[in-house]
Amino acid sequence: MPKKKARKSSARSTQSGSDQLRWMYTQMVRIREFEEAVKRTFIHHPGVIRGHSHLGDGAEASIVGALSTRHDTDFVMPSYRCHGYPIVLGTPLRQMMAEVFGRKDGLCGGFGGSMHLADPSRHFPGTSGIIGQSIAQATGAALTAQVKKKGQIVYCFFGDGASKQGAFFESLNMAAVWKLPIVYVLENNQYQAYTHFSLEDANAVAGDPLSKKAEAFSIPGATVDGTDPVAVQKVVAKAADRARAGKGPSLVETKFYRLSAHGNVITVPPLPTQFPEHEAVAVYGNRKEFERWKSKDPVKRFRERLLKSRVLTQASAKRIEAAARTEVEDAVQFALASPLPAPEEALQHVYA
Amino acid sequence: MAREMMYGDAIAAAIIAEMQRDPNVIFYGQNMAMTERDPMLKKFGKERVRIAPISETAEIGIGIGAAMTGLRPVVELWMSEFMLVAFDQVINEAPRFRYMSGGQVSVPVVLKAGYGFCAGWAGQHSNCIYHTMMGIPGLKVVVPSTPADAKGLMAAAIRDNNPVVYLHPYMLTLDKGEVPDGEYVVPLGVADIKRPGTDVTIVAIGWMVKKALAAAERLAEENISAEVIDPRTLAPLDVATVVNSVRKTGRVVLVDQAPRHSSAAVVIAGEIAEHAVGFLRALRMVTALDTPIPYSEPLENYVVPNEEKVVEAVKSVLTHKAVAA
Ligand SMILES: Cc1ncc(C[n+]2csc(CCOP(=O)(O)OP(=O)(O)O)c2C)c(N)n1
Ligand SMILES: [Mg+2]
Repeated sequence: MPKKKARKSSARSTQSGSDQLRWMYTQMVRIREFEEAVKRTFIHHPGVIRGHSHLGDGAEASIVGALSTRHDTDFVMPSYRCHGYPIVLGTPLRQMMAEVFGRKDGLCGGFGGSMHLADPSRHFPGTSGIIGQSIAQATGAALTAQVKKKGQIVYCFFGDGASKQGAFFESLNMAAVWKLPIVYVLENNQYQAYTHFSLEDANAVAGDPLSKKAEAFSIPGATVDGTDPVAVQKVVAKAADRARAGKGPSLVETKFYRLSAHGNVITVPPLPTQFPEHEAVAVYGNRKEFERWKSKDPVKRFRERLLKSRVLTQASAKRIEAAARTEVEDAVQFALASPLPAPEEALQHVYA
Repeated sequence: MAREMMYGDAIAAAIIAEMQRDPNVIFYGQNMAMTERDPMLKKFGKERVRIAPISETAEIGIGIGAAMTGLRPVVELWMSEFMLVAFDQVINEAPRFRYMSGGQVSVPVVLKAGYGFCAGWAGQHSNCIYHTMMGIPGLKVVVPSTPADAKGLMAAAIRDNNPVVYLHPYMLTLDKGEVPDGEYVVPLGVADIKRPGTDVTIVAIGWMVKKALAAAERLAEENISAEVIDPRTLAPLDVATVVNSVRKTGRVVLVDQAPRHSSAAVVIAGEIAEHAVGFLRALRMVTALDTPIPYSEPLENYVVPNEEKVVEAVKSVLTHKAVAA
């Protein structure tokens, strides 16, 4: 199938070698800095973030590795844990943070918040807070791609927990039957809220990888080290090529570890809400597990690897990190200064 | 004897008491009983207390099947919207079997879920979906507003031989109140007059009962006597208690957290229109505005009913003059 030449890609899928590795590291750092700033907000500016926020720290290699294969107009449809993806797509952090803070200048005008970021101009149509349902919607985006024939594919990200929803099974079956151009990235961060995946997944109970589910639909399935962006890139690239070639969907399990708790504490206002300890410690009393995975922190590991292979120098790494910190701090200041929406604005946008 | 308890704890106490009473009662759901240290698991063991994956269709369907065959499951669903992915099971399965079998089969399952969490959870986690369920014959719908009712109605729900959707307003989880010790059962289908009054009837549901009582307190300072009625169960609905009050006051304010046309208020208004005709002089519905629930605080506050809106509505029905025909 003739490949449409991608325009200068926000995901830099056209880059190669060291440039791309540096780009990947930069995106991973930007995600990490953003998530840490969100987390700090609960302490430095209590009450500014409402409801439930969920962070992608630990998922950076999975997100960036997968999206490094993306072409400019491919759709990206993650779950409600959605901060990382638009960061890679180039969505301005100012608008993102302002949305998390519920401000007028937010990406969605304060209507959606942390769980419901959307940036359709960058082919990121939105997210659902109802687990698993976005898998069907992503499959619908793949239907659009198939019908419109512009060479687009869909990157559908969802959690290990979501793979237990009916929508997962129904969607993958249809995508396989209709040969839809979609890559299903099952992000196994090992927890479904407070539940370890070994307590609720049939494949895990049998000692199999979660990608075994692909066999039920007779589509390719693979499990990859989700703490290594290059490994993720390699596997997802294959799945993306297959989708682009019109051969249908694949399922890629990226296995990594969520480094923060599921989300901030759920409580009734005006009680303060903050990030608790990770469930491994707070629920299961298993600090060892947490420390073991923390030592595999994908951002740190990738940094070390790039230093070793001289793709980065200490100085260039620090420059990337300082730039990300500055960018995120600017986003926080922007969001804090942005006004809250006027109450009557709530009446807008109910219908198109 | 009674003791002060938090709303959430009162629900748990009822489930524990019913599990002690009846070995057929089982309890499962997501993100519960994760470790051996879980107190429910310790008390009742792995067979009766289980953790479930994020699989509402199966969780609810399994509850129905187990109920049809001899168990009395209580399914923890956390937020009422999560039931929506399994709405066939809730609406078109559980309530149908009794009738379709000509009265041979019963489905004693309790679907427990919080609802209406207006705390910045945005469009998909803050809703009130009871209207959709209260009009389904065969299905019962319970919405307690106090810790005591939370306990008593959970006991009744578990003992009931029909599918019961037990909806608890998340905003009340930490509220405290006196709860009777020991066995305490509040019958389904009996409204409670939470505050007697003579000038106006306020019918409020769930979290809104708290707002209505606060409004009534403020109105009392202005010598306005409001009667606050909590239906407690939306199906069966105690129409008589509401209608009797309206016959007395002639003026009514219905307070409901749901948008107008998907509120229970709209159903209650219809019953009042039919059964209190000749007595009714003015009626107002204080509901959520017709929007999804927004994330940002000023937007959310604008959309959801509050004490001020109730006070204002009461004053408007009291000053309403019937227009001469
Ligand atoms: C249908 C449904 N059921 C339950 C929930 C509550 N819930 C919110 S997040 C979550 C865990 C999701 O786990 P996973 O899919 O692994 O994604 P992760 O949070 O790990 O990114 C659950 C159960 C929900 N949002 N929707
Ligand atoms: Mg997970």
